[in-house]
Amino acid sequence: MPLNIVSLVSVGRHPQSGRERRAEQDGRAVELGMNLEASQSASMTVLHAGRSVEPVLRNYAGMGLPSLEVLELSEQDDAVPSLAQYLKASDADIVLTGVRAESGESSGMVPYLLAEELGWPLVPRIADIVSINNGVAEILLALPRGQRRSLSVPLPFVASVDNAAPAPRQSAYGPGMRASIDASQVTAVTDSAREQWQEAPAKPRPKRLKVVKAKTAADRFKAATAKPQGKAGKVMKNESAQEQAQEIFNLLLEEKVIK
Amino acid sequence: MSGETNSYEIVRRDPRAEWIARNRLHPLHGTISVGEEAEVRGPSGLIRKNPHKVGFIGPNGIKRIDRLKGNAAAAATGRRSGGAAQEVQLPLHKVENPDFSIFVVPDMVGGRLTSQDKDILGQAHKLARSDDGESAVQGVVVAVVFGELKDDSLDTAGVDRLIHLDGEEYQGYCPEQQLTALVHLDATYNPQNWLFPDSVHGGTDLGSRLAARLGERPAVQAWQVDKKTTVCRGASGSTDISRPTPRILLLAEECADPIDETRHEVQPIELGSVPRVISRMQDMGQVSVDPNAIPLAEAEFILSAGNGIHNWDQFHEAAEALGATEGASRVAVDDGFMPRFRQVGATGTWVTARVYIAVGISGAIQHMQGIGQCDKVIAINTDAGCDMVKRAALSAIGDSEEILAELLKLAREHKAGQSEGGDQNAA
Repeated sequence: MPLNIVSLVSVGRHPQSGRERRAEQDGRAVELGMNLEASQSASMTVLHAGRSVEPVLRNYAGMGLPSLEVLELSEQDDAVPSLAQYLKASDADIVLTGVRAESGESSGMVPYLLAEELGWPLVPRIADIVSINNGVAEILLALPRGQRRSLSVPLPFVASVDNAAPAPRQSAYGPGMRASIDASQVTAVTDSAREQWQEAPAKPRPKRLKVVKAKTAADRFKAATAKPQGKAGKVMKNESAQEQAQEIFNLLLEEKVIK
Repeated sequence: MSGETNSYEIVRRDPRAEWIARNRLHPLHGTISVGEEAEVRGPSGLIRKNPHKVGFIGPNGIKRIDRLKGNAAAAATGRRSGGAAQEVQLPLHKVENPDFSIFVVPDMVGGRLTSQDKDILGQAHKLARSDDGESAVQGVVVAVVFGELKDDSLDTAGVDRLIHLDGEEYQGYCPEQQLTALVHLDATYNPQNWLFPDSVHGGTDLGSRLAARLGERPAVQAWQVDKKTTVCRGASGSTDISRPTPRILLLAEECADPIDETRHEVQPIELGSVPRVISRMQDMGQVSVDPNAIPLAEAEFILSAGNGIHNWDQFHEAAEALGATEGASRVAVDDGFMPRFRQVGATGTWVTARVYIAVGISGAIQHMQGIGQCDKVIAINTDAGCDMVKRAALSAIGDSEEILAELLKLAREHKAGQSEGGDQNAA
């Protein structure tokens, strides 16, 4: 039975210009799906919940997709119920999303809500899907500081794709324009809670000041003029090279940087 | 008339006594006690200051004048007085009968509170405080800690109650088990708010899981929170969303000031049995990563080379044996020994390593800026007076080639011992 992969894509936002673009993490999710399609003889659907006339969808299609599925929703609608309904009806094995959308609320809750709705395990921040054998996938999680963790998860599952995943391929204009975009009408649920909220352009956050809580003038003076260096550590001058190396090595072991 | 002259005090001067008092060489000078204090009221009624009487003779025989007016004890004089003895005991903040509770789930990276965790505990206390004092409701801040706990500053960070879950089911990667425990806690204690750090260390993941399970809508990247409204960042940080404060909050960095003026009880709460789940995700452990493939800015352990390195092959070998990411100072890069993207410092990369070994780097200010966020710096240098040694937690003064050779030997022995141990375990 061939594998079914669904990649969810959204409209991105360029951090400097604010223009609409292919979202970084969603592009990586599509790239990961396309790689699996090539290696595992899987079939991939790229799904967008929103307006089908969105020009950014052509950027995703330009990665070499013959077609895109769109659930026709307006800006005020909640995407999760329609997506969950679509996924329940389909026989998807893997759902790939970005970690956080670049527009809208960008709460990063979509994969969690879908996983909860479908009752599937959720794998957060994956860097790669290494292999899929007998219905069990071996996944690399992206941890902070460039570290990786290996997990095995049974199909089906929802995964959010981290920025550590392979970068998406270049998007070509012509194939993007030629791709077919299949919009389907769904029953829209308006996101009523959000209507009460006020949105404004982001204010720059105040920088935290270093407040010196000193009792006397001498203390305040010292805090203002002293070099910010901490107290000097241990200095080994007369020990042999071997002793020095041993001491350094012990510190490395204590800090657990050497495993 | 005579009564008037009696009450009118006539100042009688003794010129001879005054003369003796002025003349410190007079044999009777010591017997006359005029002006024992530094300030005396003179014969005309004005205050006279005797500069010779000000101050006291210090332990080394030199006159000292205390201009701190008796505040010297509080000013913790110099490094001679023991710093530990001077440590001030902060006032204890006690919560006897809390009306509600605020649950905080800190990241506890490596078993210690991160700075974001401390900010979030500060935010929790802001929410727990009764507003205006008109209604005497008081909240309690409960921290839920999973796995290893090494931090001993929980009291000063603001933890009133502590729930420590440290069974074997919480070791390693176990978000599903943690979620079950949190849902159990939510049902048992019904906290007013759940606070999570919005961080890559797992706070975001756990908070989102709990929100999805409880069907709450969380505020994400929240940075200005009070009891009624929350301001959080939306659209990848380009908009501010103001909304009523929800029950589950995922807080950004520096959302509030950490606690620094009170001590807290850290009372452990014993929990009954937490239901165990069979995890669908099976943890296969961390994968070893090529340290040089990790971007320098986020590497955890960096071995950095400077002008003091002569044997470059040995340096590369040492970095590989220790499993460290390679870095370099500007001189090493300019001389062509290392590529430009390995440069650490103001013009290169600002690194955030936990452990940074500087071999043969004396520490130009540009380089020190680049390693400003490093936790533990180890210096290997021939010059004991250089800036890097002053910054370092541990410095070895000597020839870098010899020390690196010894380190290389130790690393290889360690690796050999480990693989032997692994073989024995397998057998």
